[in-house]
Amino acid sequence: MSMDDLYQEIILDHYRKPKNRAPALQDEDVHVHHSNPLCGDEMDLRIRVADDKVDGLVFDGEGCSISQASASAMTQAVIGRDLKDALDLAEDFRRMMHGDEPARPDDLLDGIAFQGVAKFPVRVKCALLGWMAVRDAIETYQSGANAHTVTHDDDGGAA
Amino acid sequence: MTLDVQTIRKDFPVLSREVHPDTRLVYLDSAASSQTPLPVLEAMDHYYRWSRSNVHRGVYRLAEEATDLYEGGRTKLAAFVDADPRGVVFTKNATEAINLVAYSWVRRHHKPGDVLLSTLMEHHANHVPFLYAAKDLGLEVRHVPLTEDGRLDLDAARDLVADGRVKFLAMVHVSNVLGTRNDVAAMTALVRDANPEAVVLVDGTQAVPQMPVSFRDLDVDFYAVTGHKMCGPTGIGALVAKPERLEEMDPFLTGGEMIRDVSIESVTWNDVPAKFEAGTPMIAEAAGLAAAVDYLTGIGMQAVREHETALTQTFIDRLSQVEGVTVHGPRDAELRGGAISFAIDGVHPHDVGAMLDSKGVCVRVGHHCAKPLMKHLGVVATARASLYLYNDVDDLDPLVEGIVAARSFFRR
Repeated sequence: MSMDDLYQEIILDHYRKPKNRAPALQDEDVHVHHSNPLCGDEMDLRIRVADDKVDGLVFDGEGCSISQASASAMTQAVIGRDLKDALDLAEDFRRMMHGDEPARPDDLLDGIAFQGVAKFPVRVKCALLGWMAVRDAIETYQSGANAHTVTHDDDGGAA
Repeated sequence: MTLDVQTIRKDFPVLSREVHPDTRLVYLDSAASSQTPLPVLEAMDHYYRWSRSNVHRGVYRLAEEATDLYEGGRTKLAAFVDADPRGVVFTKNATEAINLVAYSWVRRHHKPGDVLLSTLMEHHANHVPFLYAAKDLGLEVRHVPLTEDGRLDLDAARDLVADGRVKFLAMVHVSNVLGTRNDVAAMTALVRDANPEAVVLVDGTQAVPQMPVSFRDLDVDFYAVTGHKMCGPTGIGALVAKPERLEEMDPFLTGGEMIRDVSIESVTWNDVPAKFEAGTPMIAEAAGLAAAVDYLTGIGMQAVREHETALTQTFIDRLSQVEGVTVHGPRDAELRGGAISFAIDGVHPHDVGAMLDSKGVCVRVGHHCAKPLMKHLGVVATARASLYLYNDVDDLDPLVEGIVAARSFFRR
């Protein structure tokens, strides 16, 4: 494996200087907590909705560079979008991580840099964490709830 | 005694492989699974080419050879761990061996209110089966806490057994995360002082590959072994037990091979250990395991132990000097086996693993199937380098270079 394939400069930039990383969000509507026990990643995502749009979005947590950078890039791509549009974009990212060509490469902004991660199956979950969290946050909002906790599949690992 | 590592490496074809151009494979993950030496491959190949048939009851030559290979594997493993072959039950791995005890001993012999004692450093394989049994049966489970340097806190253990209700102890011999080599004799004495009837199971997964083990001297009831960490194939392990314990147990897998007599309405079990080995067993794997035992015996387990202890000390001392690196577990290699878990300040273990992989270095990252221990350490995951007889000081430089590179690459 080449480190450059996996860790493009754009990814490292988001890792070193994450965007919209904060432990709290004023007037938040929904807070979701997602964890990935295999990697030990933990992510808190907070969203504020106005006029059916993503008005505010912050993430916080612990995890590998891929998970943190991807969440950072996700926030930039999602803030300001209609909820439905944001869900559609999250689906586009998910499909890209499973090897499909993205339908909306320009809308993913820096998220497109993660396309190479699809070649590293064990890291796909890392890249998806923030996107799965924002999808959950929007769906939680649409269901009328204000919090949700999700533990992603643990494959158990080996000894 | 020193091992001739360069010669040993020639027995392991994979170690001559380049995983990236001009990058030697540096395999530091033997605690997860060791590599396979040629004699083991040849033994399995020979069975499939020339002696392939089922075991037992065959009256022809091939069937006799297959039976000899299978039963010979049992005899060899028994001698290797100094146990009675009648007490060696082949299983698919150590996890199945432990589950056999959980189902056929714990679930049959313990009652609500009995206490199972375990430790905070168990692999999930030696934790979950008892947690599950305890929930179903209404048993209480207590866990021996750890000292600062990752050893069992025997004073705390003494308090945990004081009420005499501990009926069963499940503990690991050598930790797969901390490396700690536990004092089985001290723990067993402590538990049996409080309750002479207490039954003891030891998870020997990481011990048997690395040091001489005498089941007789340990004087425990059950000891779980796996083949694939001791140069043997995957798919075979064993429960080593005192035969009288096995006599007191009913099987948990039933079917062919394990019966003495069957009618349409009744069944009598075969003798031990056969009554626990339902169905066609892992014959090629038993032949491979026998070859692994011969291979390790030829080198000498005392020599393996001494090599690993010296090498582990060298690794720990050097890693401890690398800026930002914290080594978990005992610092003194005499107190541990060859699994070395470490944290790198500010770098996630997954990123460490990716950087090391780019330099041909194989380490394991994650929770190592020991989440209660991870919680105790206050971490979600660690990186772990683990050593074996084919490792040497020349494997240390690539590891340290990778760690230093990861630290500068990922530092924020």
